[in-house]
Amino acid sequence: MRRSRSATASSRIAALFCKTMTRRQKKNLRRILLAAALAVAVVLIPAEALPTVWGGESERGLLRLLLFLVPYLIVGWDVLLSAVRNLFRGQLLDEKFLMAISTVGAFALGEFTEGVAVMLLYQVGELFQGIAVGKSRRHIASLMDIRPDTACVLRDGEDVIVSPDEVAVGETIRILAGEKVPLDGVVLSGESSLNTAALTGESLPQHVASGDRVVSGAVNLGGELLVRVESVYAESTVSRILELVENASEKKARVENFITRFAHWYTPVVVGVAVLLGIIPPIFDGNWADWIGRALIFLVVSCPCALVISVPLSFFGGIGGASRRGILIKGAGYMEVLARAHTVVFDKTGTLTHGNFRVTDVSAADGDAPALLALAAAVEAHSNHPIARSVCEACQKTTLFSAEDVCEIAGQGMSAGLNGRRILVGNHRLMEENGISYIPHSGVGTVLYVAADATFLGSILLSDEIKPEAREAVAQLKSCGVRRTVMLTGDRVEIGEAVVREIGVDEAHCGLLPEDKVAKTEEMLTKTPGLVYVGDGINDAPVLSRADVGVAMGALGSDAAIEAADIVLMEDRLSKLPEAIRLSRRTMRIVRQNIVFALGVKGLALLLGALGYANMWGAIFADVGVMVLAILNAMRTMYIGKGKG
Amino acid sequence: MMKKTWQLEDLDCAHCAMKMQEGIAALDGVISASVNYLSARLTIEAEEKDMERIIREAVKICHRIEPDCRIVL
Repeated sequence: MRRSRSATASSRIAALFCKTMTRRQKKNLRRILLAAALAVAVVLIPAEALPTVWGGESERGLLRLLLFLVPYLIVGWDVLLSAVRNLFRGQLLDEKFLMAISTVGAFALGEFTEGVAVMLLYQVGELFQGIAVGKSRRHIASLMDIRPDTACVLRDGEDVIVSPDEVAVGETIRILAGEKVPLDGVVLSGESSLNTAALTGESLPQHVASGDRVVSGAVNLGGELLVRVESVYAESTVSRILELVENASEKKARVENFITRFAHWYTPVVVGVAVLLGIIPPIFDGNWADWIGRALIFLVVSCPCALVISVPLSFFGGIGGASRRGILIKGAGYMEVLARAHTVVFDKTGTLTHGNFRVTDVSAADGDAPALLALAAAVEAHSNHPIARSVCEACQKTTLFSAEDVCEIAGQGMSAGLNGRRILVGNHRLMEENGISYIPHSGVGTVLYVAADATFLGSILLSDEIKPEAREAVAQLKSCGVRRTVMLTGDRVEIGEAVVREIGVDEAHCGLLPEDKVAKTEEMLTKTPGLVYVGDGINDAPVLSRADVGVAMGALGSDAAIEAADIVLMEDRLSKLPEAIRLSRRTMRIVRQNIVFALGVKGLALLLGALGYANMWGAIFADVGVMVLAILNAMRTMYIGKGKG
Repeated sequence: MMKKTWQLEDLDCAHCAMKMQEGIAALDGVISASVNYLSARLTIEAEEKDMERIIREAVKICHRIEPDCRIVL
């Protein structure tokens, strides 16, 4: 199973190299092939078969040199040219300069085949690298193929095709089947399903009808839609996502900075050692050719290309692959922290729970629960409070009573006149304030007490629904190596603890005001490395920006969240969080493999080279071979197997 | 202060990108500069009045470091 997947991955990679070359790369490939053929031909000609005028050995050698120079110059003239140019500009440690020195050196030592081979393979490596990087760039660009080209706007009763950035807020646009939604808006008429896979990674189409919000970048699968534009193009979801992904690679990971610093020192040191190796030992043993040969091996291995390219390429691919699954990561640095996340802190409302209240229990003093609910709903119908709306939603018979003289009592509830009675609906304080003796409700959640005049009628329990996948997501976090999960909430302790029991979070801090959440997070930050904060981004922007990594959930269409967070989960699905951690860990694993592999092989080649056990061929593998393998490995980050993740 | 981004065509070596970044960042009036090899983008942050002169210099730097590479203006 595993083998077949990696087999398809490698055949896919092989296939894409053939067809995605630019003209310049094709020209280079022809040049390399020509030079390689010539070099093979020259190698195959036996020295004795060379014609001579005087018949001298030295003349044969000279002719052989000239023959080898033909493929060498065909494949390497540009390298030599730029090496000479760099020489005058003082850039001695340029990789082209090093290649020129080592190949010329090989020729000087009479190792013609090796000299041509180093240059040939260096060019093969360059070509390969160019194709791989070009491919990655295009792959990421195609992932982000969500940019709408045109918008069809209704002006004076006519359809006008314009660029999306020419459409103003409030205008009406027409979206035909198969077209991309160009701007965020609300459906005025029509019914269809939208494919948001490019935005969220969710392949299930989303049904929309009149009154529903549509986000730009989604593809209209069904019928025609008329949409009222709600934001200009520059502020639409699609522009924000594109901007975010395109700028993602600017926030560098620590390991990237390490590689940059390493590359800064590695080359000069290796070259320095090469010079010493080529000069000092032969002073004592006089074996100049041998020691200079060893020094040349050093020069060939002195390029840190494998690391300089493969490490950023891994992150680039990882971020691109994640964005395809609806996980937007603003920089490689965040991926690094996420991979070793120690503590995950959740905001309760809107993250672990849906953030909307539902009536879960009605207990009436006279046993008639529907009547009690209807009575409460008649009063609550006059309020916009989320709790009031939930009560009305739970009760379909609001028209039974008509309330009058309604007034809202801040922090307590509502009061209204109904059929000549004074109805009170509110919390326990409202009851106490009015001297009504009530039976406290034992359930966990927000309790509304209802009274008529001075008589207690009953109570209604509302609870915030826990997301069905919350428990599974928390368990998965544990299996991805997260040590501690914490929940922060402004709710009362009983509510918080009930959620903790249900979901399996390690600890909860309840009764926190928004500023307490910031303080609590800061306190935890000082104690734990790798603190991830997950919120809905609506009112926790300060905490999101304070944490090591701030993750905003369900941010599709929420600008504030996209702005404040380091990682944005486009869909409101908790399971995306462990997925993001797994993707980060996979990317980091590939980065580490490349670092260890490249440094290991290069170190070995340097050691064996210095001791005289490695020849030029070993050095070529340590340079070009390692680079090609590291790039292929890095490209794996882009391709995430379906179902795995 | 403003921030502008350009696309780079035929940026083929990571090393050169690093050198271009160093060169452009050292120009007079540049607050920050970044050359991203993988996304092939050059971003310069500078005062608006300096921008035109800076990008002219940047074009020269890029040409000197990698003759094939072109800033798409």
